Amino acid sequence: MTTIAEMPAGFADKVLSAQSTFRSVMDAMARPGSVQRVAADVGTPAGMMRGAAAIALTLFDHDTPIWLDGAMSTTPDVARWLKFHASAPVVADPSIASFALIGDAANLPALERFAFGSGEYPDRSTTLILQVDSLTQGPAFELKGPGIDGRAVLQAMIKPRDLFQRLSINEGLFPRGIDVVLVHDDSIVAIPRTTRLIASGV
Amino acid sequence: MNAPTYNFAYLDEQTKRMIRRAILKAIAIPGYQVPFASREMPMPYGWGTGGVQVTAAILGPDDVLKVIDQGSDDTTNAISIRKFFGKTAGVATTTSTTDATVIQTRHRIPEASLHAGQVLVYQVPIPEPLRFLEPRETETRRMHALAEYGLMHVKLYEDIARFGHIATAYAYPVKVNARYVMDPSPTPKFDNPKMDNCAALQLFGAGREKRIYAIPPYTTVVSLDFEDHPFTRYRFNAPCALCGADDSYLDEIVTDDKGGRMFVCSDTDFCEQRQAAGHHGTESAAPHKEKAHV
Repeated sequence: MTTIAEMPAGFADKVLSAQSTFRSVMDAMARPGSVQRVAADVGTPAGMMRGAAAIALTLFDHDTPIWLDGAMSTTPDVARWLKFHASAPVVADPSIASFALIGDAANLPALERFAFGSGEYPDRSTTLILQVDSLTQGPAFELKGPGIDGRAVLQAMIKPRDLFQRLSINEGLFPRGIDVVLVHDDSIVAIPRTTRLIASGV
Repeated sequence: MNAPTYNFAYLDEQTKRMIRRAILKAIAIPGYQVPFASREMPMPYGWGTGGVQVTAAILGPDDVLKVIDQGSDDTTNAISIRKFFGKTAGVATTTSTTDATVIQTRHRIPEASLHAGQVLVYQVPIPEPLRFLEPRETETRRMHALAEYGLMHVKLYEDIARFGHIATAYAYPVKVNARYVMDPSPTPKFDNPKMDNCAALQLFGAGREKRIYAIPPYTTVVSLDFEDHPFTRYRFNAPCALCGADDSYLDEIVTDDKGGRMFVCSDTDFCEQRQAAGHHGTESAAPHKEKAHV
């Protein structure tokens, strides 16, 4: 049983850390495939990477139901930390979640289980925050779409090897769809629903 | 009594989080209007409360802010918003387009081309391009969901039937990323081509109507038109009377009550930079003509 005193800290400076983290996420979302860094000092509960913890404190609050995967909920640490620092409700049903925190991306559930939004309100969709093994090394993924000047190349070790194949449902669903933020340590890469895979190397 | 102190950039943190989430969804769905819980700001609606809230949510202490109103850095609206953020966020401000990292604008896009590190924040009065054609929000939402934009083409066609050309001169509708029809805010249509494939991120905030939308960098933005009536932009057929520029958007300045008038650049920074570089205009009145400028 963790007491409040033992709980990992939140941001060292709530206001400016949230601002700088948001700008990194915004730049990542505006330039898909580019690697952005989260500079803010933040405590992390067991199983959560710095980037994911900073994003959580920047974007989560009482208005955003959060869904945690198996790896994030093996111990109650993450849920308790989110509740204390962000007052975010943790829900069991991924289809009503604003954000889903995925600690073990290899066991990513079928994307259909998350919210895609509706035709009238495509913004009411789940944003996946996926912890991956590397965002600098590994197979190359060639991407195109809004925010990308021509094409962008992302080198990443992503556990569900077929993540981009699964995300191709975004093409038919648009404007509904799933937005993804990949996190490794303090690096983040965003793959919004408009990004398309051109080619993937080995 | 203590002087009132505000949170950094005025807005409270919960409001910023809500606006930030809306901005991220807006970027992910280019041209789609994301509803947000717009707050009352210490300035009236119509003075840029939407743009101010977007700027407040993204602004950091290292940013350099520029605010323009109809292209000018020196009007009441621009100065008061610049001072507002100077006071509540302590950020550096500038009038130089190239030095700024965040540019809040009312009704113009700067003449100087924007670069990748910049964010352009538009103040938007009426975000829904279909509003004057269909007053019901439930219907316009469905029309966007189904990409049912025939009505907008009928409106442009009616312009041609009545005037012989598309007479819409500002807030000229565009299609973003080949999907959503979007209102570019009341910028002159002269500025529409600058939105296409722009290196900077463009964010739009409508405070009274409670909507945020966005165009990510390098995104196609096409002005609606017809094959036999292609989109054209226009400007007054005169060089700027102060700097001699013949490719900038001009304001008409009435100089006396005998019909005298001058045409000067609407973008004050662009005009001042050119004058500093040694360009001069005639400083006299020019004939009033309009010409197509492609």
